[in-house]
Amino acid sequence: MAYLGESYPDNTDTEIALPCLPTRNPIRAVCFMPDYPAAVYPALPEMFLLSCTCLILIADLFLHRTKKSLTYLLSLAALAGTFFLTLHVSSPDTQLLFTESYIRDPASDLIKLGLLAITFLALIYAQDDLSEQGLLRGEYFTLVLFATLGMLVIASAHSFLTLYLGLELLALSLYSLVPFNRDSTTGSEAGIKYFVLGALASGMLLYGISMLYGATGALTFTEVAAAIQTGQVDQTFLVFGLVFIVIGIAFKFGAVPFHMWVPDVYQGAPTSVVLFLSSAPKIAAFALALRLLADGLPGLAEHWQNMLAILAVLSMALGNVIAIAQTNIKRMFAYSTIAHVGFILLGLLAANEKGYAAALFYSLVYALTAVGGFGVLAILSRQGLNAEQIDDLRGLHQRSPWIALMMLLLLFSMAGVPPTVGFFAKLFVLEAIISLDQIGLAVIAVFFSIIGAYYYLRVIKVMYFDQPDVSTLPVRITSGSMAALSANGLSVLALGVFPATLLALCQAAFSP
Amino acid sequence: MEYLQTFWADLPVVVQILLKIAAIMVPLLITVAYYTYAERKVIGHMQARMGPNRVGLFGFRLLGLGQPIADAVKLMFKEIIIPSGANKLLFLLAPLLSIGPALAAWAVFPFDAGLVLADINAGLLYILALTSLGVYGIIIAGWASNSKYALLGAMRSAAQIVAYEIAMGFALVGVLVAAGSLNLGEIVAAQQGNLLNWYWLPLLPLFVIYFISGVAETNRAPFDVAEGESEIVAGFHVEYSGMTFAVFFLAEYANMILISALTALMFLGGWLSPFQGTPLAGWFDWVPGIFWFLMKTGFFMFCFLWFRATFPRYRYDQIMRLGWKVFIPITIVWIVLIAWLKVA
Amino acid sequence: MSFQLLLFYLFAAVLIGAALMVITRRNPVHSALFLVLAFFSCSGLWMLAEAEFLAIALVLVYVGAVMVLFLFVVMMLDINLAELRAGFVRNAPVAVLVALLIGAQLVLILGPERFGLAQFAAPVPKPADYSNTEALGLALFTEHLYAFEIAAVILLVGIIAAISLTLRRRPTTRYQNPGQQVRVQAKDRLRVVKMDAEDVA
Repeated sequence: MAYLGESYPDNTDTEIALPCLPTRNPIRAVCFMPDYPAAVYPALPEMFLLSCTCLILIADLFLHRTKKSLTYLLSLAALAGTFFLTLHVSSPDTQLLFTESYIRDPASDLIKLGLLAITFLALIYAQDDLSEQGLLRGEYFTLVLFATLGMLVIASAHSFLTLYLGLELLALSLYSLVPFNRDSTTGSEAGIKYFVLGALASGMLLYGISMLYGATGALTFTEVAAAIQTGQVDQTFLVFGLVFIVIGIAFKFGAVPFHMWVPDVYQGAPTSVVLFLSSAPKIAAFALALRLLADGLPGLAEHWQNMLAILAVLSMALGNVIAIAQTNIKRMFAYSTIAHVGFILLGLLAANEKGYAAALFYSLVYALTAVGGFGVLAILSRQGLNAEQIDDLRGLHQRSPWIALMMLLLLFSMAGVPPTVGFFAKLFVLEAIISLDQIGLAVIAVFFSIIGAYYYLRVIKVMYFDQPDVSTLPVRITSGSMAALSANGLSVLALGVFPATLLALCQAAFSP
Repeated sequence: MEYLQTFWADLPVVVQILLKIAAIMVPLLITVAYYTYAERKVIGHMQARMGPNRVGLFGFRLLGLGQPIADAVKLMFKEIIIPSGANKLLFLLAPLLSIGPALAAWAVFPFDAGLVLADINAGLLYILALTSLGVYGIIIAGWASNSKYALLGAMRSAAQIVAYEIAMGFALVGVLVAAGSLNLGEIVAAQQGNLLNWYWLPLLPLFVIYFISGVAETNRAPFDVAEGESEIVAGFHVEYSGMTFAVFFLAEYANMILISALTALMFLGGWLSPFQGTPLAGWFDWVPGIFWFLMKTGFFMFCFLWFRATFPRYRYDQIMRLGWKVFIPITIVWIVLIAWLKVA
Repeated sequence: MSFQLLLFYLFAAVLIGAALMVITRRNPVHSALFLVLAFFSCSGLWMLAEAEFLAIALVLVYVGAVMVLFLFVVMMLDINLAELRAGFVRNAPVAVLVALLIGAQLVLILGPERFGLAQFAAPVPKPADYSNTEALGLALFTEHLYAFEIAAVILLVGIIAAISLTLRRRPTTRYQNPGQQVRVQAKDRLRVVKMDAEDVA
């Protein structure tokens, strides 16, 4: 990893009379006059992605309907370029830019790399599904890229303002992606539900933020944390704001009891959208929680730990139990997501380096498996025939052994069966919890994971031991999707056999 | 003279302000009345007719100069008919909402150097905000009348005004970037120099767009689809009669004068003499600035009439196309250009 | 009571009254018009707080543009109020309970012991030539530059989302191409045929 050696002088407090002002009333401003462009260098990935997205947006207008695959290729190129730029600017130290509203640290680097890689996979899966369903419009790609940009902003947010704006950028793109198939009534319904509830959650988050801003008088997380540290701010009031913030986070995660939107959105939205929506934004949600709670409000840890514990237990219980009753595989995955979110919250509530590393590891792994799982559904969907029911997977082994094997690996990973990486993800989280002496929570987590294993194994049973009834035809799959799926499935296995590399990266991200 | 000055200083502030307001309003309303007369005369001559020439004053014909007064008296004594099913309060409120902003905008207007009622910092913004309010009168009139034609007119007008307001706002952003101030007096002061320094030349596209958008904003021909006599009878004010109708009429003409005056102020140097910076400048030093200002305003007021006599009405989709796809992009490009020139 | 304080209470009372009307009026057009009134009073309050740029911008943006479009849509609506009310009555007890609970919490937390005037120092009055607009511009383009840029991107996404969700190209719709119309020449439309005079006789 190459990184910039010099550190950037923090010149927030420099008083400069700006030359551009009229002389009528000279304002002496506390202002940010950085040494461009070096001072914004660490934000290069975001700038690159934004420029590329705007160019793709314009280029797409001039492309004929039948040539939209060029938009797709350009989008992949933009993501790849951003990935390499993120690698390029990454470094073990921490940099604060834009008057401390932007942070670049190892954690943000790793989160961004994970986000970009998974979005890359998601686009490959989505492309085939979109063209198959006749939804191949350039807006899909630009909206996904803007959502990715929003996630990058969240990952690097270091003030309430940028965090909230990043979140809105992500959310607005997702709101408009969910009803992407305009002829589908379930899609429109899901879109409206998602939008209304999401707006409500944003309102909650914003209300909480305004409370904390009112109490501490600061927007950047350094200042907020410092203000809380002094102990002069009214604790009741801070906790009041915190409640709203945790509600906002829980909604964005889809944690119980703020999970209502998850199953409907997963079921109603086109598979090509769900496979993006269910994967990378979960990493972003982790980043959101990390930035707000760990960076901004470490002083209130004892309060949010309890709140997260309740959310985590409810999510694991409700998600795993209700998933059993589902016959629609997208709904099943939705409830399984809720259960997985419980695990991520468990890792977060440890509120130490170990817990954050475990939660990050879990989010990355979960996103990787989720995108693969929905990727398989996307591959199986054909014109007029959506793979929606669990029964649609019947006898997949006979139709395409390789796809079935990959799906097997992914489902094993979701269930937490060794030697797939899902096992280690759960293990690290439990380890972090147990090291806090929260044995009770750990036991609950293991108990519900075992319940959860049932419905994953049921899908495997359907794939391997049932006869195909709808179609015995071999599955048509493009080479791109095949490569992506193979890479996806095998990486789940490989990371499970050698979990140390990713774990070391995650731990390095949070080592002081 | 001295006596008058002390008398004025002794008056309570509220009375002073009220007198100043009256000093603006009375000539303005008289201008509005005679603007309608001018319109009929000018268009009459353009179409080789005489225009009104019968109603005189005190027994003299005087080219029909008594016509506006006769019209006003007639309208005052006509019955105000409120249609059945109409929302009475809103129906009566609508004309007031339409004339209020048209008159209130004059509060920050500098007629000559220092000759202004309220010299506020954000004057340009204030004018923009107030001109954007005029549409409420039209929308509410259209809705409260409980009539299909009126509602159609209101809808057309709402969409049209919002579209052109953006172009208009952007054109003014160009002016404020060039002048570096939101204060109207300072905007004029920034155009000092000579005739080529006035913003009509450096901001030529914005000047043209501003005036055309102004015509659209006031629902005048060729953008008068909100009234569209031949299609929707009289659009939003089809149900209005008597004084309520007269107020709409007044508002429309007051708005036209306002747009003309604003264009003169922003792009033709307001009260600045056209001979500034030429050898002739000395000859015209005795002319008060307000004279030049009125001349320039008068020119644009004439243009309004000229357009009406010349152009056929735009079709509705063409209006939208012109606003969104032509004017707004051009203004954006020109703002960027101006900002770049300003910094460079 | 100073004149400013009087104005404050006047605007505040109108604001609260109008806001209440917004949610209680049966007719959505009336609600929208009360919302306009609420914006005006709010703008008045901001003006009292010496934020004249924001106050005028509020009128310009929300009253002048947003609410006009809002009215435009609301006037087209045909809402069956009875249907809406049925759900309202059924859910009212729960809603009232939740509202009371939240209200009580808010009062307890945000009471005067935490948010009284004593806790907050009065702001220093600005000099007469202080320009709000410039101060705002400075803060936006220096301190909050990054946030400003993201906000711009959000607006762009809003445009894309609106267009992608609503723009449909129906194959049956006939379009005009104004460029083509302008470029058209007489010879494209009119063919002048030279022919000899016919012998009628």
